[in-house]
Amino acid sequence: MDQIAFLTDILLPALQKGLIITLQLILLAAPFGFVLGVGVAVGRQYGGPVTRFLCKVLVYFVKGCPLLLLLFILYFGLPSIGIVFSAFTASVFGFILCNGAYNSEYIRGAMLSVKDGQMIAAQALGMTRLQAVRTIVLPQAIRRALPGLSNEWIYLIKYSSLAYMITVIELSGAGKLVATKYFTYTETFMAVGVVYLFLVTLTTLAVNAIEKKYAVPGMIRG
Amino acid sequence: MHTDEYILKVEDIHKAFGANEVLRGVSFEVKKGETLVFIGSSGTGKSTLLRCINQLTPPDRGRVWLHGEEVTNSGKRINYFRQRIGMVFQNFFLFDHLTALKNVEVALIRVKGMSKEEAREKALAELRQVGMEDWAGHYPAELSGGQAQRVSIARALAMDPDVILFDEPTSALDPELTREVLEVMRTLAQQGMTMLVVTHEMGFACNVANRILFMEHGVIAEQGAPGVLLNDPQYSRVKNFIGQFLEYNGD
Ligand SMILES: Nc1ncnc2c1ncn2[C@@H]1O[C@H](COP(=O)(O)OP(=O)(O)OP(=O)(O)O)[C@@H](O)[C@H]1O
Ligand SMILES: [Mg+2]
Repeated sequence: MDQIAFLTDILLPALQKGLIITLQLILLAAPFGFVLGVGVAVGRQYGGPVTRFLCKVLVYFVKGCPLLLLLFILYFGLPSIGIVFSAFTASVFGFILCNGAYNSEYIRGAMLSVKDGQMIAAQALGMTRLQAVRTIVLPQAIRRALPGLSNEWIYLIKYSSLAYMITVIELSGAGKLVATKYFTYTETFMAVGVVYLFLVTLTTLAVNAIEKKYAVPGMIRG
Repeated sequence: MHTDEYILKVEDIHKAFGANEVLRGVSFEVKKGETLVFIGSSGTGKSTLLRCINQLTPPDRGRVWLHGEEVTNSGKRINYFRQRIGMVFQNFFLFDHLTALKNVEVALIRVKGMSKEEAREKALAELRQVGMEDWAGHYPAELSGGQAQRVSIARALAMDPDVILFDEPTSALDPELTREVLEVMRTLAQQGMTMLVVTHEMGFACNVANRILFMEHGVIAEQGAPGVLLNDPQYSRVKNFIGQFLEYNGD
């Protein structure tokens, strides 16, 4: 079989299928990971003692647990206590937990850097703490956390390949199957690498555009 | 409505930070349309007193009343009272991520529940009042200190408060910028706004205040109308303070 035929008939269709799964994993995990990150950060900063404790414990365990192990627990472990997820669902949950935990650290750090006066002025106008956090503190904090969040999104793209370890045939997995079947390791994995690079580039450009759109003169320097 | 009715009543406010007794029994009353100026050296508790009035700092003892309703111990209703008690800070505390217009709008929408159009109209009117309408689209970092402070006054005014607390509104400003802010405040006083002002601007105090309250060691040591306070030999301490102050400032 010649190179062109391999590319058009075998490799690209396989990678396309894998890419669709990868995109589904990422696009499902990222928004929920963001919401979880915001929730945990706010919980740790402004919640009561119980909320604060729970948020801290969550971050502690997720940060301390290799993502692969987390996926194994979700997919292979939980069925033993009667919770059964499909491999795809388990992957998405794992990614949400991981992405959310790290996002929360960036957002919390950014919230700490918002000056006290912002909260004081908001409360002096009659805002509740929650209103002040939502309308004043978070919009500033998220802007500041954006570079960190963007890193996490890029990590998410790359660690989405771990889903293959629990049988989800995403981009890397699809590549692996083709490579082993046709003994085309170099070509195949390079092609897979190019696709990841493309996704990362796209994300970087998107984040730059978001940063530009929401930039506030004088608020963030450097 | 009786014009002699007290809008704000402050009763025996005490506040300590640890062993540091900052306020040791402060009481006074404010009538509608009055301007009270608080003076006194650094650390005598002027800022703490203003913050005790809107409960940003809860006092240890004593009570605050607005229109006969208790502001202290008001639980969640404190957010209602804070709408009625405006506050202007030395460092403006404008919301950094919002334009001048949005700074004024945001609480109208979020707290008062106004529609966006209604809030916009009101915010523009308040910015016009302080001469900042042309700067509506600018962010705080793009404003001079005087402009920022005028926006923060507009932000307080927009809530239609019964009284506004000013904590050294011009202390962070150059003399020229100080003048533009004091001019706005003087106009407000003339329009009948009730104001409590902590300031070192003696010209403003003497010309605009109905009463000057001199604070020392956490109590109001002397108080009276500016003319009386400055001319009656009975009030030696406040004259001493002002004398030192003018000498130091060299004017
Ligand atoms: N949150 C706080 N915690 C501890 N001490 C405080 C706090 N706020 C104020 N103080 C102390 O209370 C005292 C009075 O402070 P306050 O700011 O009310 O004085 P002030 O009259 O406004 O002085 P200035 O003219 O310098 O603004 C000071 O000794 C200050 O250190
Ligand atoms: Mg002060």
